[in-house]
Amino acid sequence: MTKLEFMQGNTASAEGAIAAGCRFFGGYPITPSTEVAEAMARRMPKIGGVFVQMEDEIASIAAVIGASWTGKKAMTATSGPGFSLMMENIGFAVMTETPLVIVNVQRGGPSTGQPTMSAQGDMLQCRFGSHGDMAIIALSPDSVQEMYDLTVKAFNLAERFRCPAFLMADEIIGHMRERIELPDHVEIVDRRPLEPGRLPFEAGADGVPGFPTFGTGHRVHVTGLTHDERGYPAATDPAAHERLVRRLVDKVENARHEIADYRVTNPEAEVVFVCYGSPARAVQQVVSDHPGEGLGILRLRVVWPFPEHALAEFPNARLFIVPEQNLGQVAREVERHVRVPVISVPRLGGELHTPDELVRAVEEARSA
Amino acid sequence: MSFDDWLRTDRLPHIWCSGCSNGTILNCTLAAVDAEGWDPDRTVFVSGIGCSSRAPGYIATDSLHTTHGRALAFATGVKLADPSLNVVVFTGDGDLAAIGGNHFIHACRRNIDLTVVCMNNLIYGMTGGQGSPTTPLGALSTTSPYGSSEPAFDLVALAVAAGANHVARWTAYHVREVQKAIQTGLRTPGLSFIEVRAGCPTNYGRKNRLREVTDMAEHFRTRSMVKAKFDRLVAEGRPIPPDTIVVGEFVRRALPAMGVAP
Repeated sequence: MTKLEFMQGNTASAEGAIAAGCRFFGGYPITPSTEVAEAMARRMPKIGGVFVQMEDEIASIAAVIGASWTGKKAMTATSGPGFSLMMENIGFAVMTETPLVIVNVQRGGPSTGQPTMSAQGDMLQCRFGSHGDMAIIALSPDSVQEMYDLTVKAFNLAERFRCPAFLMADEIIGHMRERIELPDHVEIVDRRPLEPGRLPFEAGADGVPGFPTFGTGHRVHVTGLTHDERGYPAATDPAAHERLVRRLVDKVENARHEIADYRVTNPEAEVVFVCYGSPARAVQQVVSDHPGEGLGILRLRVVWPFPEHALAEFPNARLFIVPEQNLGQVAREVERHVRVPVISVPRLGGELHTPDELVRAVEEARSA
Repeated sequence: MSFDDWLRTDRLPHIWCSGCSNGTILNCTLAAVDAEGWDPDRTVFVSGIGCSSRAPGYIATDSLHTTHGRALAFATGVKLADPSLNVVVFTGDGDLAAIGGNHFIHACRRNIDLTVVCMNNLIYGMTGGQGSPTTPLGALSTTSPYGSSEPAFDLVALAVAAGANHVARWTAYHVREVQKAIQTGLRTPGLSFIEVRAGCPTNYGRKNRLREVTDMAEHFRTRSMVKAKFDRLVAEGRPIPPDTIVVGEFVRRALPAMGVAP
């Protein structure tokens, strides 16, 4: 039996986290993500979990990483300025293969920017923001329902691949209230424990080592330094560094078919919108208002690792149109993978694209 | 078990320079956890970045070597998520008092049940001898080549003011007192802060007339004054040499604490 509710996106994300098994939340208030922390502050103590409001976002992500090593599923939520502060420790989580979820309810930047307005300006930051080569997983919800569903999925992917998973929401979806179906059961993936006889950072064929939870006798050393399979520092060993970084990247990038999650509308279309997050709602309106005009939609629920094979779902595509609340961050990625024109339709300022604006973009592109 | 059993012997020798006090402080800490009968399987050592922060890498327990300044924030997550674990943090003056200052005051305020051992060598050793927030006024470093012009931090006063339940300061010369202070810290619910003045002949001593290891030990021996005597001299209005290191226990109390095992 599912339960029908009327809920805010940020609250739905907190409920999804709890359903996925999250029992530790460390955070710091920041608009427009604060309701996630408030919901966790209410809920965690009642279900045997821990809520802690840390002194800043650097400490929030640090506490979440520490908690994850005790075996708890752990999460934080933030927005642009706090997300920027988290970058160094996000790299630490990648390097130490710590499963965790970061919700970023994106607002307008750079800097303090537009605290109460929507944006998608952090899509490349979540992918490339911390120093060094790495790979992460990022999901993007386009409804309150998906704030719930994709938070669950983010936990499952973080646990499966032992890396940070980002729920890259935006202010519109985070603050929207709409109908949501709360299932009484969700699929849950738990991290695989370290197998006896294996070294703590020795991976199998999938590149993901088993997890040596603190306090269970593994006596594991966890360091942000380049390390060998024992976890011991090997920072001046070129081969150890290349082996480690390639594995950290490959375990995610090579699994992009498994991780991919997208929705295809009208695969025979000649003009295809590629979208994610709140702009997908305007796109949906345009396509349903203009049936029979060869318009299709590729809606990405997972943006990183980028599922370039999804673009091949549209064999007749002559044109890709990418509306984003940024200056073309994912459009640039689409361009790398196709040989037909890619039109970026940026929208800055915090408001949603209008359907008219998108129709004009199609007309201009077709007549060009 | 003996405290040798606490060492990752396959990681020795360590990277610390000759004459560095960090090994001594590591020994004192391991002697303390061993004397207290802590279970290595239920003990986690956490650190940030710097010479001090290499210590957990040599200890045969779970260990978390984190980012610069953030050890206390990571340790807060570990301890709150599983209060049944024993958690000890190693840090240094740069790690704790500069980049990690905010986490330090808030860990003390929350009074998280951690034992924090600060190896205060008055210098950034790992990067080759730059001035830190505890470098004394006038002392030479590579970034204060004409003498430090900044007043230094009193870490003990800061920890007391911020709310830690147990605060002590000793030097690496006082090995028994250091071990005893750490044992008190391990037993005290809430945050215990033990500052240990550490000798760094290579990067601090060389520039500040404490080049020899024995000079450093002699400095600690002759400049240290126990808190009771210091307090008495202050009360009597008698002069106190400016480079005095006040040692002893500064506070032991039972303020509300977080992360204490039930």
